[in-house]
Amino acid sequence: MKRYLWPLAIFLVMLSFLGMGLKLNPRDVPSPLIDKPVPAFRLSTLAAPETSMSPDDLRGQVWMLNVWASWCVACQQEHPVLMDFAKKSAVPLIGLNYKDQRHLALAWLGKHGNPYKTTLFDNDGRVGLDFGVYGVPETYVIDKQGVIRLKYTGPVTPEVVREKLLPLMNQLGA
Amino acid sequence: MRLLFSIFVLSWALGPAGVVAQAPPQTSKAAPLSADPALEARVLKIAEELRCLVCQNETIAASQADLAKDLRQQIREQLTQGRTQPQILEFMSQRYGDFVLYRPPLQLSTLLLWGGPFVLLLLGAVVLLMHIRRRDPQAEPAPLTPAELQRARRLLDEAGGPS
Repeated sequence: MKRYLWPLAIFLVMLSFLGMGLKLNPRDVPSPLIDKPVPAFRLSTLAAPETSMSPDDLRGQVWMLNVWASWCVACQQEHPVLMDFAKKSAVPLIGLNYKDQRHLALAWLGKHGNPYKTTLFDNDGRVGLDFGVYGVPETYVIDKQGVIRLKYTGPVTPEVVREKLLPLMNQLGA
Repeated sequence: MRLLFSIFVLSWALGPAGVVAQAPPQTSKAAPLSADPALEARVLKIAEELRCLVCQNETIAASQADLAKDLRQQIREQLTQGRTQPQILEFMSQRYGDFVLYRPPLQLSTLLLWGGPFVLLLLGAVVLLMHIRRRDPQAEPAPLTPAELQRARRLLDEAGGPS
C-alpha cells in the first residue's frame, strides 16, 4: 500500500517547491557590483549642462544614488518616499537621470518635487550600463570609500527605507 | 535523500516566470545597423550568449527591449574596437552578473547545476541495476502440485501429445 502513496508524496513535495519558486522575485538578480568600487564617470548635471560631477567628488561621505527617468511610471510611485527621505536624512541623494530628455526630466521634477541634491544627466544610458541598470528605478548606497554596498531594484517603499537603507547608512557611519 | 535531491534539481530547472519590467519607452530611431554583414553576424553570435534582463527568457539577440538594443550596440562598438568575444562577455558579466550568461561558468555555486544531470543519471542506473539484481533469473519455478500435474497430463493427452 505504501508504495502507491509514493507518487503522491513526490507530487506534493514538487508542488511545495513550485509554490516557493513562484514566490521568488525573478527581478532580484544579484548585482556583481556589490562591494565593488563605484564605476568611474563624469556627467553633466541635469540643471546646469556646463557643470559636471564625478563620484570622486563625494568621496568621504555615504551617499545614495537613485536612477530615475520621466518616462518611468514606477518612479512616480517611489517619489514621495524619496521626498520624505531627503527631508529627514542628511545622506546626500544623487539622481541619475537615465535615458531621458533634459526638458522632460526638468519638467517632471518641477511637477513632482526635487528630492535630489544633484541629478546627473545620463542621456545615452552609458553610465547606467556601467552600473548594470536594467530597469528603472534602481537605488544604490555607496560608502565613504566609494564602494557600492547595496543595490535595490524597483520602487523604494517606506519599509525598504526603514528596514534596509537607514540601518545600513547608520552602520556605515552616515 | 535521493528524492529530495532530484526534487531540488527539478525545482531549480523550473525557471521563474517573467515579470513585467520597467524598460525605457520604445524610441522611434532605428537601431544603427552596421553595413558590414560579417560584423553583424559576429554581434548576433555574441548576443545569443547573453540573457536580456528585461525579458528574462529572451536572448539579447532576440529581444526588442531597449536594453537589448543598447547592449547589441555595445557589442558592435567593442567588436569594431577589436575586442574579443571572451572580453565582451566578461564586460557584460562584470556589470550584470553571471546571470546574463546563458552558459553559466563552472563554479562551486553552479556545481549542482552542471553535475546534477549526471548524478541523476547515475542514480537511475543504480536503481535499475538493483531492480534487475532483485529479479533472480536462476530462481527455480515452484514444483507442480499433484493436482496440477494431473491436469497438465490430461491437457497433453487431449492435444494428442506423447502417450
